[in-house]
Amino acid sequence: MTIRTTARRRATALLSLVVACITLAACGSSNSAGADPTGKPTATGVKKGLTVYFIPKDTQNPYEVLADAGGKKALRELGGKVVVSSGTADTAAAQIPSIQAAIQAHADAIVIAGNDPSALCPSLNQASAAGIKIVSFDSDISCGTSPNHLFINQADTKVIGTSEVDLLAKEIHSTGQIAILSAAASATNQNAWIGYMKQELAKYPNMKLVSTVYGNDDPATSLTVLQGLLSAYPNLKGIISPTTVGISTAAQYLSSHKDVAAKVTLTGLGLPSQMKSYVHDGTVKSFELWNPSNLGYLAGYAAASLASGSASLQAGSTFKAGTLGSYKVLGPAAGIGPSVVLGPPTVFDAANVDRFDF
Amino acid sequence: MTAQATAPALPTERFARGAALLRARELGIAIAVLLVFAATTISNHAFANAHSIQQLLTGASLIALLGVGETMVVVTRNVDLSVGSVVGLSAYVVGDVFKHHSGFPVLLGYVLGIAIGAAVGAVNGAITTVTRVPSLVVTLAMLYVVRGVDGVVVDGRTIDPGAIPKSYTEVGYRTFLGVPWLALIVAVVVAAAGYAMRSFRASRDLYAIGSNPEAAALAGIPAGRRVFSAFVISGALAGLAGSLFLALHAQVDVTGGNGYELTVVSAVVVGGVAIFGGSGTVLGAALGALLLNTINQALVAAKISSFWNEAVAGGLLLAAIAFDRWLGLRVARSLQSVQGAHRDA
Amino acid sequence: MTPDLTTKPAARTVLRGGEGGGQPLRRALLRWESALVLVLVAVIVFGSVHSSTFLDGTNFFYIGLNMGEIAIMALPLTLIVMTGEMDLSVASMLGLSGAVMGSLFHDGWSVWAAMAAALVVGAAGGALNGLLVAKMGLPSIAVTIGTLTLFRGLAEVVLAPRTVTGFPISLTKIGVVPVQGTQIAWSALIFLVLAVVFGVVLHATPLGRSITAIGLQPEAARFSGIRVDRITFGLYVVSGVFCAFAGILFTLKNSSVSYDAGTGLELNVVAIVLLGGVSVFGGRGTVAGVVLAVAIVGCLQQALTQMGVKPEVQNIVTGGLLLISVVVPNGGAAVRRMRDRLRRAG
Repeated sequence: MTIRTTARRRATALLSLVVACITLAACGSSNSAGADPTGKPTATGVKKGLTVYFIPKDTQNPYEVLADAGGKKALRELGGKVVVSSGTADTAAAQIPSIQAAIQAHADAIVIAGNDPSALCPSLNQASAAGIKIVSFDSDISCGTSPNHLFINQADTKVIGTSEVDLLAKEIHSTGQIAILSAAASATNQNAWIGYMKQELAKYPNMKLVSTVYGNDDPATSLTVLQGLLSAYPNLKGIISPTTVGISTAAQYLSSHKDVAAKVTLTGLGLPSQMKSYVHDGTVKSFELWNPSNLGYLAGYAAASLASGSASLQAGSTFKAGTLGSYKVLGPAAGIGPSVVLGPPTVFDAANVDRFDF
Repeated sequence: MTAQATAPALPTERFARGAALLRARELGIAIAVLLVFAATTISNHAFANAHSIQQLLTGASLIALLGVGETMVVVTRNVDLSVGSVVGLSAYVVGDVFKHHSGFPVLLGYVLGIAIGAAVGAVNGAITTVTRVPSLVVTLAMLYVVRGVDGVVVDGRTIDPGAIPKSYTEVGYRTFLGVPWLALIVAVVVAAAGYAMRSFRASRDLYAIGSNPEAAALAGIPAGRRVFSAFVISGALAGLAGSLFLALHAQVDVTGGNGYELTVVSAVVVGGVAIFGGSGTVLGAALGALLLNTINQALVAAKISSFWNEAVAGGLLLAAIAFDRWLGLRVARSLQSVQGAHRDA
Repeated sequence: MTPDLTTKPAARTVLRGGEGGGQPLRRALLRWESALVLVLVAVIVFGSVHSSTFLDGTNFFYIGLNMGEIAIMALPLTLIVMTGEMDLSVASMLGLSGAVMGSLFHDGWSVWAAMAAALVVGAAGGALNGLLVAKMGLPSIAVTIGTLTLFRGLAEVVLAPRTVTGFPISLTKIGVVPVQGTQIAWSALIFLVLAVVFGVVLHATPLGRSITAIGLQPEAARFSGIRVDRITFGLYVVSGVFCAFAGILFTLKNSSVSYDAGTGLELNVVAIVLLGGVSVFGGRGTVAGVVLAVAIVGCLQQALTQMGVKPEVQNIVTGGLLLISVVVPNGGAAVRRMRDRLRRAG
């Protein structure tokens, strides 16, 4: 640390500059060229050359990656392009720079999966003021009417909650203690679904929800709380895990502890690719999900239609979503603004689980 | 604690007393684990069964394993913050190899994981010892770099359970005489490392470097080489932990091992390893990991809201550090009285 | 940071410490800060070459908006690191103060009262750190890892699973509009004002000289009559209050708060302080360096995001920059050591 002469100091300074420049140059390879949406409307009423920013919860979540791929497919079909931008952590702060980048690139629409229901509203308001259409998917934002936005709902929120309870009830003959293994305590989606699960449980007087635990969508934490759960409630009959990380972690534990699996039934929301082997070895009988890729595809079409003015946020407005057919905008209800529902969730079991590639 | 030119009289007596207190320290953590267990059992009788105990051991094993390597680094007055990122990288790379080469030998999966970890450890060690930059800064930077490399490698994919051979994942759940394999593996590592840290000259040097770097240098200890080795071992164990992470969870994506670094440092500190080097044992660190995990599971089992997990863990950590300080003062006082008695005689 | 250039060499008056210590400030500035200026220029050139909007006023506003809270937390941390200690609990304190403010506001408190309570919590949390480090003599890294977990845990207990919104628009507009007539974000303006204050305190007051002295040689500082414990304690309280203040700004900027606000930011704050040239052993560093580091990281992140560089790669760049920033200044010494050793061996 003893650098004695000024010359050496200068050399050091110069060296750090050179190294920094090399570092910078190394990542300067990817270049963005903003395309102007000058195209004319196509047959579906959607302009060509649209730029849609997809801002997932983070860039690595497998579920979000599938959804982004669906969005890219949609915009490819429409002659536009998708830019995927987000952070590595599931925080609102990590998404804000991506919204700013969309504004600066004069994007036509933003499709966002909110890491926080409200923290993104100020930034999205700026985007909306700049003429960018806002679409939310996967996890809705609640900004009231500013900015007004369209929520692409994976399935009717209520149906997701109630159908999971019904699935479990069928398997455990509507009796026994059950528990929920959720994602983070602040997860908007999961909290909404759990609300409907509790309502639905009123129909099954012999099923008792004894605990809700949070695995933070992290396999290690999910495993810890699952194990605590099993210790706390030795008579537990069923577990609902409305998150892909939770259900696959629980399935791995049960499939390796057959004596526990014999007593406890597991269901929830899972990716067929991850759950396949557990369905075939009998650990899990059935679970459900929608196709995340279709969700992104629908969001892509919705964003492009809004940006082209061929669809609006008015209830009853319709737009075409490529191979998925035609969709209608639903009016605000039950805490969500204008929305479009992808469709009922698919139930997977041994008979069909191999037919899906997500 | 090795006798040096500067050490006061009666090094053996001093060492014996110190060792007795350290043992008391480990005993103390073990008793704390039992107390938490007992208290939870009182509030929920179902907690005391073989399954629970197996789960407590399995759940603590990865952090305990990382704690062994971290202890070796911390006693030299350094720290390794890159372990969590290494776990993630090695778990994914090993999984990816299994995914694309179905016949890949299971044992080589562990070798590969260890090799990845050792390589990162070597980079940490080399930069720290050659440039003499504080390891806190070096490994903080490596935390970012390795996590970034992991992200580029993973690129949004996941390793699914179907891709990994059964013979690999069974390490994560098989038991021997009721003890989970994972816990046995960690126990073997802890025993071997514990023995080495007590018996071998090179490992005793680690303590000397940490308790008094100048004296260690005067005594002719090759500090650079020793510290480098400690980083390589810490990295290698983190790589092994990554391989075991894959075996335990049978799946991994980019989040594997996220945030482990702080949990490990917590476990090590709770386990009585002094953060400024010179004292502490790998057994203590492993017990520290067991205590943290026992508390986490106990909160769920005792039906206390899991929102309390972090607050309790933080409070416990502070209590452990304060307790260490108190213990340290007592050792110092008892040493003074021993010296005084000797002078009087 | 012109005041720094004109102040007297700070460290000369105190007992000289270990290697590198006690260098006149002007020369220190020549060494590290000038390198940072060059890097900053390189980043700005790089950004404007790759993005046509990089030099826009809006972009300037965004950078300020994104960096403001992190930058504010970096200032008290600079002083703490100057004394040779560490505070890893900064981002958790940001989260806890936001959680307290949100929870009280939700319970019907006025927003001003809730903000005051958050600041009190910040002072209390800082005092806890200070008590454990300064009065009980516990290692600050271990203590603040403990309070990192504790504060975040308390935030969870106070607020989870709720997200509180509905703060008055007159306040939350700081997240949307710049200071009137300029393109400076409010949090950035506050940071710049505070940076001048911290710079003057560190480089031009007896207190600042005491802080430097403590970092160079705590024992010597103690013997020369500096009240080491009291100063260290005070710095942690200051850190707690400013992190709580950053938590308030963060909450208002996002016009919402949940318990996990700002999770993981501690590493960014530490990285900025170290990149700014503050020695982790204490005794060496300038506020000007930290201000430059804030600008470099802010510009770099903005440029990379605009270019669509993956965030994973941004992680590598951040880590790489931090490594370079510590390795390069020590590289010369390391080479010389190796040469000496070879010569001796040969």
